[in-house]
Amino acid sequence: MSEDAGTAVLLAGLSKRFGSVDAVQDASFEVRRGEIFGLIGPDGAGKTTILRVLSGVMAADSGSVLVDGVDVRSNPEQVRARISYMPQRFGLYEDLTVDENIRFYAEVFEVPRRLRLDRAARLLGASGMAEFRRRLAGELSGGMKQKLGLTCSLVHAPRIVLLDEPTTGVDPVSRREFWQILYGLRAEGVTIVISTAYFDEAERCDRLALLHQGAVRYCESPVALRARMPGALLEIVTPAARAARDVVSGRAGVLSALTVGDGLHVHVDDAVRRGSEIGEALRARAVPFGQIREVTPNVEDLFVALLAPEAKAA
Amino acid sequence: MSTVASLRSPAIEVERLEKRFGRFLAVSDVSFSVRPGEILGFLGPNGAGKSTTIRMLCGLLRPSAGRALVDRIDVALDPEAVRKRIGYMSQKFSLYQDLTVAENLRFFGGIYGLAGARLAARMRYALEMAELTDHADSLVSDLAGGWKQRLALGCAILHEPRILFLDEPTSGVDPLSRRRFWDLIHDMSGAGVTCIVSTHHMDEAEYCNRIALIDRGTLVALGSPAELKRRSLGGELLRVECAPLDRALAALHECPLARDVAVFGSTLHVLVDDAAARREPLIAYLAEHSVEDAHVTRIDPTLEDAFVQLVGRGEPPREPGWAAGAGQASGAQA
Repeated sequence: MSEDAGTAVLLAGLSKRFGSVDAVQDASFEVRRGEIFGLIGPDGAGKTTILRVLSGVMAADSGSVLVDGVDVRSNPEQVRARISYMPQRFGLYEDLTVDENIRFYAEVFEVPRRLRLDRAARLLGASGMAEFRRRLAGELSGGMKQKLGLTCSLVHAPRIVLLDEPTTGVDPVSRREFWQILYGLRAEGVTIVISTAYFDEAERCDRLALLHQGAVRYCESPVALRARMPGALLEIVTPAARAARDVVSGRAGVLSALTVGDGLHVHVDDAVRRGSEIGEALRARAVPFGQIREVTPNVEDLFVALLAPEAKAA
Repeated sequence: MSTVASLRSPAIEVERLEKRFGRFLAVSDVSFSVRPGEILGFLGPNGAGKSTTIRMLCGLLRPSAGRALVDRIDVALDPEAVRKRIGYMSQKFSLYQDLTVAENLRFFGGIYGLAGARLAARMRYALEMAELTDHADSLVSDLAGGWKQRLALGCAILHEPRILFLDEPTSGVDPLSRRRFWDLIHDMSGAGVTCIVSTHHMDEAEYCNRIALIDRGTLVALGSPAELKRRSLGGELLRVECAPLDRALAALHECPLARDVAVFGSTLHVLVDDAAARREPLIAYLAEHSVEDAHVTRIDPTLEDAFVQLVGRGEPPREPGWAAGAGQASGAQA
């Protein structure tokens, strides 16, 4: 990996221990300018630690981090001026209004007075919050608080934005609006690094690092990641999902079977061949089912398919 | 109560349920019924009335009007009896971190009034179910997230509840543990335990047999995940992969074929009336607007698409007290 003008963040061999826990082990990736890069993984995968190191608030045990070409370890102050870091619990003042919070952060980030009003108005417009300027931050919904947090993080017009699980606990409508704001920022050339434990959000990123137990397991686009899926995923619509699972589990070519609300998801080595075999087996056992069809695996399916074999071995 | 009768009558029956906080109507005219062994998901924005409804069903909050029968008991008349028949597990479930697995089970068993041989048998069952038999003497603080989740479930089912309430039960745990957990829930449902799941996670909602979508205090949709996806969208989805994205987006905003356009990752999602019929014309339209080689494929709508469509765009309602209502509901969850 080499750094060039197209690189916004370069992480090489990053490791960090807390006591006896390896929070992050030998993590490397490159974030390109103007992309939305996702850190995807369950709780404890190392997402927050990586973001803290990238933002310069925490030092790594080993490895190097270049942000916008600047070494975080030797020039943390310089890095901080170029980035914005929104931690999981962003420090909003609940007893101040939306406007007052923005003004406060504009002071903190030393945004010149003549720029403030205009920028605040533009950001509030983009996040659909213009009509709530006089509302107390404490009275906003969870999704609106996150939008205000983002607005405050953007008041100094950073070129690189680091967001730690900004959509956790946010309802789907607000979450979608939040992502539309991110796409707007991307269109302006802002680089975004965002962490999430919601695997479905991986699909919204340009590229992503799939994290597991402190290590970067895969780093690529959602499409490239999907191409790694061994075999295929079949959806069987049935009201008798558990009976169907008993018939399907352990059959030749069946890698796993998962009961879902509408039926069964079966991971097989060959969709066409196993699909017809499974159909016959279900009919022979008189298990009712509607249809069997191949569906596109999502990132969670991939995580399980790629990482389950080694987890079992461990 | 005969087994046959309890199998036939709904596990939960809600008729025109209503809850007011002062002038604020938190839940309005909600009716539905849940059959025994069903897994019903509650979805809705924060402050939509989800938690208020669930608190009424748990006998923690008295309805202002309407009726809710839980295991055929009226929650307004005998909330105490309701609480004995239900189990509750939250993602923020308060396990005692400095006690062992067995000590936690014994503690919660005591709260439910279990003792002696029954407590021992239920503890054995819970340990086996949660695959924690070999870890009975481990401190909870030493357990991984997925194991804690299963222990929390074990604690919630010690008293053999007929109805289980789960609040974002697998948020943040790794997908392998999440799947194991849902396998357990599906087994319980097969054994006749009714499960009510409240969640923001679309992937958790996919595990539910039916989903009740609550918005602004009312039930806006009720159906299986597949039904909701099918009927909510009012059209079909095409995914457009092309470059440059901005130019395609601008062009499609003006395109009469597209009912709606949204950026999704490095692609665009376009809502059309008929995917098969509109695919070719859409590619031609993009080419006319200097977007060459667009790759257009039909995709299935997700539950999130259904949710957004049914709950509607824009901000939640802003009537006075809205924020206060939301605060009360979430405060009770924590």
